Amino acid sequence: MLGRVESSYDVVVVGGGPAGMAAALGARDSGCERVLILDREPEAGGILLQCIHSGFGLHYFKEELTGPEYAERFFERTLDHDIDILPDSYVSGVAIDSDGTKSVRVLNSERGLSTVQTRSVVLAMGCRERTRGSVRIPGTRPAGIMTAGLAQKLVNMRGLLPGRRVAILGSGDIGLIMARRLVLEGCDVAGVFELMPYSNGLTRNVVQCLDDFGIPLHLSTTVAYIDGRDRVERITVAPVDDTLAPIMGRSRDVECDTLLFSIGLIPENELSQSLGIELDVVTGGPLVSSTLETSMPGMFACGNVLHVHDLVDFVTQESLRAGRFAGEWAQGLRRPKDNIQLLPGDNVRYCVPHTLSPERDHTIYLRCKQAMAPCYIRVGNILEKKLRFVVPAEMIMLNLSPSLLEKFHGDSLRIDITEAGGKETS
Amino acid sequence: MYDVAIIGGGVIGCAIARELSRFHIRTVLLERNAEVGFGTTKTNSGIIHAGHHDSADTLKGRLVVSGSLMFDQLAQELNFGFRRIGELVVARGDEEVGTLEKLKALGDEKGVPGLEIWDAKRLRREEPNLSHKLVAALHAPSAGVINPYEFAFALIESAVTNGLELLVDSPVLDIDAGKDRLTLHLPEGKTIEAGFVLNCAGVFSDKVAGMVGLEDFSIRPRKGEEYMLDKRLEGLVRRLVFPVPTKTSKGILVIPTFDGTIMVGPTAEDTDDRYDLATTYEGSEKVFGFIRDICPSITIKDTITEFAGLRAVSSTNDFVIGPTRVRGFINVAGIQSPGLTAAPAIAIHTREILQAEGLVMQPKDDFDPVVAGPPRFATLQTDEQKALVESDPLFGKIACRCELVTEAEIHHAIDHGARTLDGIKFRSRAGMGRCQGGFCTSRCMDILSERLEVPLEEVTKRGGDSWMVTPMQNEQHPPSTGEED
Ligand SMILES: Cc1cc2nc3c(=O)[nH]c(=O)nc-3n(C[C@H](O)[C@H](O)[C@H](O)COP(=O)(O)OP(=O)(O)OC[C@H]3O[C@@H](n4cnc5c(N)ncnc54)[C@H](O)[C@@H]3O)c2cc1C
Ligand SMILES: Cc1cc2nc3c(=O)[nH]c(=O)nc-3n(C[C@H](O)[C@H](O)[C@H](O)COP(=O)(O)OP(=O)(O)OC[C@H]3O[C@@H](n4cnc5c(N)ncnc54)[C@H](O)[C@@H]3O)c2cc1C
Repeated sequence: MLGRVESSYDVVVVGGGPAGMAAALGARDSGCERVLILDREPEAGGILLQCIHSGFGLHYFKEELTGPEYAERFFERTLDHDIDILPDSYVSGVAIDSDGTKSVRVLNSERGLSTVQTRSVVLAMGCRERTRGSVRIPGTRPAGIMTAGLAQKLVNMRGLLPGRRVAILGSGDIGLIMARRLVLEGCDVAGVFELMPYSNGLTRNVVQCLDDFGIPLHLSTTVAYIDGRDRVERITVAPVDDTLAPIMGRSRDVECDTLLFSIGLIPENELSQSLGIELDVVTGGPLVSSTLETSMPGMFACGNVLHVHDLVDFVTQESLRAGRFAGEWAQGLRRPKDNIQLLPGDNVRYCVPHTLSPERDHTIYLRCKQAMAPCYIRVGNILEKKLRFVVPAEMIMLNLSPSLLEKFHGDSLRIDITEAGGKETS
Repeated sequence: MYDVAIIGGGVIGCAIARELSRFHIRTVLLERNAEVGFGTTKTNSGIIHAGHHDSADTLKGRLVVSGSLMFDQLAQELNFGFRRIGELVVARGDEEVGTLEKLKALGDEKGVPGLEIWDAKRLRREEPNLSHKLVAALHAPSAGVINPYEFAFALIESAVTNGLELLVDSPVLDIDAGKDRLTLHLPEGKTIEAGFVLNCAGVFSDKVAGMVGLEDFSIRPRKGEEYMLDKRLEGLVRRLVFPVPTKTSKGILVIPTFDGTIMVGPTAEDTDDRYDLATTYEGSEKVFGFIRDICPSITIKDTITEFAGLRAVSSTNDFVIGPTRVRGFINVAGIQSPGLTAAPAIAIHTREILQAEGLVMQPKDDFDPVVAGPPRFATLQTDEQKALVESDPLFGKIACRCELVTEAEIHHAIDHGARTLDGIKFRSRAGMGRCQGGFCTSRCMDILSERLEVPLEEVTKRGGDSWMVTPMQNEQHPPSTGEED
């Protein structure tokens, strides 16, 4: 029920985005009666609420929904399943008793500071965007520099424009979507500038958001200088050399009043860190077992707080599973510890989960480091699959069945992506 | 008609304003920017020097020592962040040890407390992360750090509480010097008359002097770039670290700021552009190239944000403080480094000049020296937090999640003078954290718009032309999810 909160639960979910809502449903599905979602925003739905373009749910609902529509469907399901949702509630800590009971510390303007007891916790806090600070651009610090996500929020939720003539650094999906959106709103979009030789967004977004609107995408190019006293007045863009350093001899100025950053997302794990949960340095998310349990017993993680997903459908899928495992844990089911380590190998940036057990079906999510086409993906010597292509911007999903793992007796499995027909690498 | 008009709301103007507010006189402060402290005062190293770097033959060399000693009482009264963390001047080779001894002698003579020379072993024990090639250091325990903008905000608040009139967005465009008064011209034909005018206009102080025909000094800004490092490096170095100064440069410092974040800088480059606040590739190369020999584990990759400030270096290379041949016009100009440290001493010195020039001042019986300082929800104990949320539900609403700043604190900042997003940020810390305002900016804009009763498009980052948003040109695309909140 919306706005209801008891003093104790089976499962408490931190974050009410698509991950949190799916995890709560998963927990109910596992048989838990008392499930609570806490979200610091006035409404559940997470980042989806500001994504008013369509393109959500193609995999999960087999239809094209907008972000708020996708969120709405899940919101209704949570209410139908008698899940409690408390918005405007900021989770500032979790204490763990010696018997494993957890006290979640909640700050709510009406209820003040209180704690909720629970057996298991699902972390679903989502991610945040990288800012100018993570790329270091010399120049001035005027108004008119913001992340693409903030611009998206201003335009879609407030009906305000971040500026009139806009340049975008980075070709992440949010930047691509905002390029189109701003053109539709009558802004002049000077171009999208991407450091790497490939786009960081989904191919479908490059086509539908840039190509169809004649917005130029400048690859292997960066913003080398920002100028403007009070407000951005111009930026200097330059192609980059092999070390990704700008070649100033070939730089040029672009007049604009706004510079948006779409240079990646970082899982929001300050809460997890304060609890001493171990993080993966590559994903920025917790290290998890095949039940999506973190290094803290009874604490699970899913969605963008675990690793950045490009499609919400995968977030939902992963989170339903995390919720089920969290629910089972709350009901006292303890599965044997995973005994297989999963390791990223050639051309694999990361893989989640970090360990496997031969007992169950697994879904493994991974990303490559570099684009390759066509290629093989191998999991140790138990699975080999040919893929048409891989690109860093698109997450790869692999299903592993227990029958495959039965044959395996080692303690670690390495995943490699190698060029099809190319030389073998070790 | 005012007794005194202060031009410029930097730390110098603010410190003088507070000093004068102890007396029964009518004082006004005119600041060109939307808020005080947005000039050089916001962009410096925040060091309260011990005082042994500048020769006692100069005005700055004398005022720095007395200024520094006043900070303990000021911090107690005004509740701004201040801590004496100590300072080390480090010698990179045996040839520099002699300079350490000279600096120590200079400091001892000026009364700088506790100076001590450390050998390499001691240095290594106290600061294990500094380069092991350093051979010795001069330790000055009384050097400290502050949040300089907090200091300026607290000074002006104290002054206003005690009767100062503060006019922001008020650039002085011209000055007429009359027989018994000076007339200051502001935009839109507005004028202000005062018996005395104090020129505290920082890098523009020569221009302001020029308004009354004085051309006996000029200002050449000297830019300093500073680089803030990731929070991860907190605690790497515990004290301020200075290299032994060379003839050409004071060198690059390692600065553990009051908040704990480590900063490195500043550079020192002369510039002719009084608005040049750009950081550069060259600057970062210099800073990180230099720092390698001092603290090898710091690299440019650790940078999270950077900024530049302008020192108002005068043609005399010293502070320019005193009456002029224009009756009533007093310079408090060319306040280069260590102006922040010297500010409280400069304020008293200036008050004495006014008295010597014939301004009669009766002390107020009811002068209130105390400023409470902003609430900091994030730093409180659980019971205190509970009590606050009960007293005001806005303490239960987090505006900035990175720094855990509540909406009540945003309102407090506005109640205490914030007019812009930067004003909110520097008072409450909202937007200072790792997401750099990605989440709280729109909420802070809403609150500003509501409290200042202006539309969102008039909310600015720091005044002037620093607008944040503009209305949609066509209204066919109404916001789909409605108003937030
Ligand atoms: C700006 C932006 C735009 C995006 N646009 C798209 C897009 O167009 N298409 C697409 O497929 N994907 C998009 N994504 C990716 C999208 O985030 C995911 O597909 C999906 O929304 C992730 O779901 P989540 O539940 O993990 O995270 P979120 O949707 O971010 O939800 C996390 C929730 O947790 C809450 N929370 C966090 N910390 C706390 C705490 N301490 N206490 C209480 N509550 C807390 C937050 O308020 C939020 O509601 C975008 C991401 C961002 C950041
Ligand atoms: C990089 C750097 C590092 C430094 N580090 C230190 C340090 O660690 N310790 C230390 O003690 N000192 C340091 N300093 C020096 C210190 O910052 C300055 O001495 C001090 O801030 C000077 O204050 P001010 O009030 O004179 O100038 P400002 O803060 O610049 O104030 C002048 C004000 O006058 C206003 N103004 C100008 N013209 C007009 C006009 N016509 N009408 C109305 N208003 C006007 C401006 O808007 C401005 O707000 C440093 C300086 C720099 C640049």
